[in-house]
Amino acid sequence: MSEGGKTREMTKQPEPASAAAITRAELREFYDDYAACLDAEALEEFPAFFTEDALYRVISRENFDDGLEHATMYCLGRAMIEDRATATLKAALYQPRSLRHFISGVRIVGAEGDEVRAEANFLIVESLLESEPELLMVGRYLDRVVREDGRLKFRERTCVYDNYRIRTTLVIPV
Amino acid sequence: MTDTAQRNSTARKWPEGGVTRVPAWIYSDPDIFAREMEVFHYGKTWNFVGLDCEVAEPGSFKRSWVGERAVIVTRDLDGEIHVVENRCAHRGALLCWKNRGQAREITCPYHHWSYNLKGDLMGLPFLRGAQGKGGMPRDFDKSKNGLTRLRVARRGGTIWASYSDEVPPLEEYLGPEILMRLDRLVSRRPLRLLGYSRQIVKSNWKLYWENSRDPYHATLMHPFLSTFGILRTDGDYHSVPLKEGRHEYTYSQYDPELKNRSTEASKQIKSIRSDLEIKDKEVVTSVVDEFRDGMMGAFQVFPTVLVQQYFNCLVVRHVIPKGPGAHELSWTYFGYEGDDETINRLRLKQSNLVGPAGFVSLEDSEVLALMQPVVESCPESVQVLEMGGHGTEAQDTMMTETLIRAFYDFYRREMGL
Repeated sequence: MSEGGKTREMTKQPEPASAAAITRAELREFYDDYAACLDAEALEEFPAFFTEDALYRVISRENFDDGLEHATMYCLGRAMIEDRATATLKAALYQPRSLRHFISGVRIVGAEGDEVRAEANFLIVESLLESEPELLMVGRYLDRVVREDGRLKFRERTCVYDNYRIRTTLVIPV
Repeated sequence: MTDTAQRNSTARKWPEGGVTRVPAWIYSDPDIFAREMEVFHYGKTWNFVGLDCEVAEPGSFKRSWVGERAVIVTRDLDGEIHVVENRCAHRGALLCWKNRGQAREITCPYHHWSYNLKGDLMGLPFLRGAQGKGGMPRDFDKSKNGLTRLRVARRGGTIWASYSDEVPPLEEYLGPEILMRLDRLVSRRPLRLLGYSRQIVKSNWKLYWENSRDPYHATLMHPFLSTFGILRTDGDYHSVPLKEGRHEYTYSQYDPELKNRSTEASKQIKSIRSDLEIKDKEVVTSVVDEFRDGMMGAFQVFPTVLVQQYFNCLVVRHVIPKGPGAHELSWTYFGYEGDDETINRLRLKQSNLVGPAGFVSLEDSEVLALMQPVVESCPESVQVLEMGGHGTEAQDTMMTETLIRAFYDFYRREMGL
């Protein structure tokens, strides 16, 4: 695994070298794949976007700005992300929906060790039976991304939503 | 209220069958809704408005709601808590535009009338006009033009407000059973705010109110509960109406062995899948039995809150009516001052169980949002509440609608229906 080896080697290097290891174009591709997975509700594939020790949370801007830790979805570790996926697929009841994720403004904002810090905007449109498509959620992704076995993965994905409140429910991860 | 509306409202007649039948028009009739607000939220009740840890410091405020009315909860510079309407006494502008913050006074953005944190009008610009012209009349009395103040009561870390001078003291209003359960969660240690989740659900507030009084649906509609053995109809469970049906509590003794047992009841639940396992067990177990009683449960205090403890997840669900066809659920998650890292982690993890994305709560809002257009389209239809018999007494089972019947027994008396 030459690329993995390269990443490990680069952890010893100063920061600019690490940031160069993951490009903006690569990140865009990674985010698009992630969005496609959620649009397809292919939740069984969702955990693979995260490292073993990942933090995944969907948190209101109200809480985030106020330094409050509670998140509407809070997964500490990939096991919890797998549980979220399983529970949604196998042990939840919700009306059928179509989701479209629109991700824009992908930027690398920093680097530390083997990870880059990246941000992007998201917009999710939800279509339900008997109603027009509506904006489900809009906000920012605040990410820490690493390369693991040649693939990009989230060590952290914090989805900060601008919505004051969630319309009805939040079923599929953001 | 128009004459026609008045006639329609008074013409409403509860169907035969007493509390075992509920007419669908109570979920959509705007006159019924208006009367509910007057009789309940603005009447002789205590409304939950927040936790004291949300306004921890002197000179802090938070917004809240009583019925449809916006209020501000303040802690004045002497540390005392007040609840005032979020409405300028002058022209009715919304005063406070932030959900939470610090302030020494409240100034209206419109004409800069300013109030102290008790709600007293302290000053207004151009009281005496400008260049000898304009200004307020000499007899304008600032002391009579303060903000509308609500009565305030506190218990442990909770804050309650009332428009009524006649409502009994909070302790009496709650009664000993609720007090004991409330104190267990909010009075033993100072509270620490973990944060909020908010959701808007397009269904009448009472549909939600009944839903959390309805243990019958829990293991059926929330497959998560039975699948992962958190709660089963064959476990130890108590449904207890209180104060003539006003409040209620339910609780179960958590049984870690439940999942491994297959019984007659569990065989009836289609959603049970014994092949599924939760990988992170911290989400669904009492790793730390912090109350040392193995209990899990919830209670309702009419007309505003369901207070719930799921293992270490502590949360107040505040039901805020938004017209006859919608309600907001404002979930406030809390812990205690001095919580260590472990317990804090458990609270955050277990908060996945409840809330707008909750493993055992999202179905409620999904079902209720789809139910509202149905009840609106058939206002004369009648719902059936006979599970567990026809009575309103406490029962030791989940297979009962006694709590909903008890609620409508109370509701009909208060509403004169």
